[in-house]
Amino acid sequence: MRRLHSMAWILGSMFATCAALTVTLVQAADGQATSRADRWSTEDRAVLASLSLKRLPPVPVDPSNAVEQQPAAVAPGKRLFNDARFSSNGAVSCATCHDPQQQFQDGLPVGQGVGTGSRRAMPIVGAGYSPWLFWDGRKDSVWAQALGPLEDAVEHGGNRTRYAHLMAEHYRKDYESLFKAMPRIEGLPRDAGPNGSAAELAAWAAMDDRQRENVSRVFSNMGKAISAYEKSLQHEPSRLDRYVDAVLANDRSAQGILRANEVSGLRLFIGKAQCVTCHNGPLFTDQQFHNTGVPPRNTASPDRGRAAATAKVRRDEFNCLGPFSDALPGQCQELRFMVSDDPALEGAFKTPGLRGVAQRPPYMHAGQITTLEQVVRHYIEAPHAKLGHSELTHTHASKTKSTHRERAPIELTEAEVADLVSFLGTLNMDRQPAVAAR
Amino acid sequence: MNRFITTALSVAALAATTGCMSPPTNLDVALTRPTVDKKYVVTLQPPATPAAINQLHSWQVRVASSAGVPVAHVRITVDGGMPQHGHGLPTKPQVTQELPGGTYLIEGMKFSMTGWWEIKLAIDTPDSPDGADKVTFNTVVAQPVAGR
Repeated sequence: MRRLHSMAWILGSMFATCAALTVTLVQAADGQATSRADRWSTEDRAVLASLSLKRLPPVPVDPSNAVEQQPAAVAPGKRLFNDARFSSNGAVSCATCHDPQQQFQDGLPVGQGVGTGSRRAMPIVGAGYSPWLFWDGRKDSVWAQALGPLEDAVEHGGNRTRYAHLMAEHYRKDYESLFKAMPRIEGLPRDAGPNGSAAELAAWAAMDDRQRENVSRVFSNMGKAISAYEKSLQHEPSRLDRYVDAVLANDRSAQGILRANEVSGLRLFIGKAQCVTCHNGPLFTDQQFHNTGVPPRNTASPDRGRAAATAKVRRDEFNCLGPFSDALPGQCQELRFMVSDDPALEGAFKTPGLRGVAQRPPYMHAGQITTLEQVVRHYIEAPHAKLGHSELTHTHASKTKSTHRERAPIELTEAEVADLVSFLGTLNMDRQPAVAAR
Repeated sequence: MNRFITTALSVAALAATTGCMSPPTNLDVALTRPTVDKKYVVTLQPPATPAAINQLHSWQVRVASSAGVPVAHVRITVDGGMPQHGHGLPTKPQVTQELPGGTYLIEGMKFSMTGWWEIKLAIDTPDSPDGADKVTFNTVVAQPVAGR
């Protein structure tokens, strides 16, 4: 207990990023720096390094999915991901909304499966780094996430007994090489499930416990194979990564990689625009849930986001603690220490990663905002939230009682808005995601 | 001299206008603190190696009487957040074990970003007349130094 003062822990107390950034700007204004403002202080360099793809650790192993690290699971997972037979109309696969040619999203404000969804399709690469899946985090693993849309009435629109039959008919060999013997599905109703139509619910209720468990087992293993494919996808380095790597190596060629306005935008991103407070790390997300007052798509019934999701993930039969998980209970730490009673969860949504963001409008959890420029202006305007309370501060906040008075408003000039938007283009994906070598 | 003053003023002006999220310069980051009503002295022990951003980890906390005698069998609830950002902790940490010497294990700690975090402990002693008290610690989660 004597070595309580962990120096590293308090290193930043006096020398935080912004103070150093201020000094750097003063130097530039003072004529001490080059005309191109590519000089970065030690603290800035630490922040830049934290954004580099080289800093991304290996994707965390999910103890609830025993096959995700098996290379043999990737190919069947990919086939399932693209197989439109797993839908009520035979026309919708995971790839319908998560198009591999479009960063695994669809460019639409809300998903279009067999019907119309209520939220924006999220990109898939890097999803394995998040402890909570979906915009509201109502699933706690990639495999459990993959199962949700399959049974959703407006996404794939199918049911798990239908899917178990399809697995037995078309994927038996793959299934049995990855998992145990396929349980006996023959003779069960074609359409039955706990999340379907009244007829499907009735058929599900008429099955016995063992039959239901067998079907759910096959269904959960589908998700586990799909997850193996999804977690094998990796980001390719962007222009920003090449710039950061060159800056950190003191390579003068760095100045040729980004334009001056992009560098200015990067300075804003890690400085006074405060973007990096939530869009942090190599994936540009803190993986947490925030209310930033984004106007709801459905004003009559605003989306509660995270506040309505914690109960769902806790009771999800496919969660880390459930009967289909391969984890020991002690390995389900995220679920065990999940926040569920914080009022700040009301109207809060997960911080999306920003790699490739300029290439995939529209923005926010229901595609409410069309362009990145409008997104930046949203953070400046910082409107009050329709539901819950926005974490953002604006000068108008003083007119009402603000609970977070110490957060500075985001104030940018027109030129700075443009620079910030230009900077986000440095995260563009020049190449398709790579499948990791295993 | 003029140049020094100009630079100093520029620093002050920029610091005022950048709106960055620097922790307050006078932030008390002491890891041993008396509780609000001075009933206990509480010592927090972070992990020897700071945990990475978004990595679950454990802390220890030692509770002593104001005279320095370790206090066993207390109930501790953990709360906190980022005062400058208006959000709480990303997890709900809990005391999961009582260790010898009035020491307790807090599991489920996580920081989702760099900056100033508050860790608030509420202490209750159901078996003793000392009663409830609370204490708030400040910690600054720093960016790892580039190149390490």
